[in-house]
Amino acid sequence: MASYHMNELRTGTKILIDGDPCTIVDIDFVKPGKGQAFTRVKYRSLLTGRVNEITYKQSDAVEAADVTETEMQYLYNDGTSWHFMVPGSYEQHEAREAVVGDAADWIKEQDLCTVTLFNGIPISVTPPNFVVLEIAETDPGVRGDTSSGGTKPAKMETGAVVKVPLFIQSGEQIKIDTRTGEYVSRAKE
Amino acid sequence: MSADWRPAASLERLRLRAGLLAAVRAFFAARGVLEVETPVLAAATIPEVHLASLATRWRGPGAPEQGAVLYLQTSPEVHMKRLLAAGSGPIFQLARAFRDGESGRRHNPEFTLLEWYRPGFDHHALMDEVEALLAATLGAGILRAPAERLTYAELFSRHAGLDPHRAAAAELDAALAAAGVAAPALDPEDRDGRLELLLTHLIEPRLPAGRITFVYDFPASQAALARLRPGAGGEPPVAERFEVYVGPVELANGFHELADAAEQRRRFEADLAARRRLGLPTPPLDERFLAALAAGLPPCAGVALGFDRLVMLAAGAGALAEVIAFPIDRA
Repeated sequence: MASYHMNELRTGTKILIDGDPCTIVDIDFVKPGKGQAFTRVKYRSLLTGRVNEITYKQSDAVEAADVTETEMQYLYNDGTSWHFMVPGSYEQHEAREAVVGDAADWIKEQDLCTVTLFNGIPISVTPPNFVVLEIAETDPGVRGDTSSGGTKPAKMETGAVVKVPLFIQSGEQIKIDTRTGEYVSRAKE
Repeated sequence: MSADWRPAASLERLRLRAGLLAAVRAFFAARGVLEVETPVLAAATIPEVHLASLATRWRGPGAPEQGAVLYLQTSPEVHMKRLLAAGSGPIFQLARAFRDGESGRRHNPEFTLLEWYRPGFDHHALMDEVEALLAATLGAGILRAPAERLTYAELFSRHAGLDPHRAAAAELDAALAAAGVAAPALDPEDRDGRLELLLTHLIEPRLPAGRITFVYDFPASQAALARLRPGAGGEPPVAERFEVYVGPVELANGFHELADAAEQRRRFEADLAARRRLGLPTPPLDERFLAALAAGLPPCAGVALGFDRLVMLAAGAGALAEVIAFPIDRA
């Protein structure tokens, strides 16, 4: 198993802690007075998202986590699993709903996503930063109101609900920022 | 993309740094303390187990064919003590010091130490002078409350609820666990390692902002180059050593200096034995320094203050890289 020495650790290094893959979010070298040196590592579990801290001696080593991020196309959902494919190699991966998580709100078949693999198995799915979705349902807008600041909820084709300006109608395509879940603009054809 | 050639610190911070250098020199000039300069490169280095020296080779007249190993000094201490033994009287230095392996928010492997020695002072008199220097350099805008002085035992009693001189390793482990510290596996006998973790992880963050905290009378096992004082009435012996914090930032370490050449040799030899056990490099014993102690170091106290950290505090910065023109990653 590959491992890292303290001096090799960086923010973003993927390590194994109690068997879970984690990413380092902060690292600091501490050395009290005349005492021995320690490395304090703050890490986020890639499985739970929780952030914790652990301290190592300088002579310690920490196991590397086999974590890769791969661009994959979302193919279809068979009711229990979501299926993804690596474009060049046609290699396919299945992900359960818990792994897809909030990405399910934003992705449509054929969309390219970033899939994080741990030991070759998907552990999380990140949608593109911007997606274009069709509005399945929203209250009719007020006639002639094209620019005033009000918003209304709109249900997208994926089921997600997004606040949109009052002038947007059912059936329109809109651009959404998936990081905030906010409306950006009408999609230009 | 072109290489990043710009300084890490802003020019405004570099001007602040220059102002502090001038203020330090004015402070000591007014007190009749002589500014000195001592070598960065020397044939020996302090063998303390937790200090790692960088070394280079000198190839020139008088050196063997493969070159002579010279160590970049981890502090100017031994050379300044040789000056004291030669009768220099009170001295200070703004010295470049080098420590291998030390890099982080509050460490740069090459850094500036303000170190000074006061014949006739004990560690309490020197703490008074450190307090005056900090008042003159940081001022009341940063030091908003009067300084506090605590023994190491009082510090641990107040913030960790234990007696650092007597608590067993298991009790220290329990205190670390109660504080939520995920600590590394330490040698079962390593009480000092556990005390140091409690200090950095639990106690330092609790030290009040905007005030100086002096911590003195350390466990004898952490004496380094300080005198030991036997405990009275069943109390354990303590090292006449102090640490200076401003808020949670450790700024300086001082000693009522050990002047006994035989005891100094014993400590160096114990350090070298520990180094051999741990597979660490073993530098030669500094016979010139030991000879100076044997000739007679006047009773004195000395302190080393991290000048870069002082600038960091004056600037209200959170990392040394904000006050050093070119820290190691862009040197």
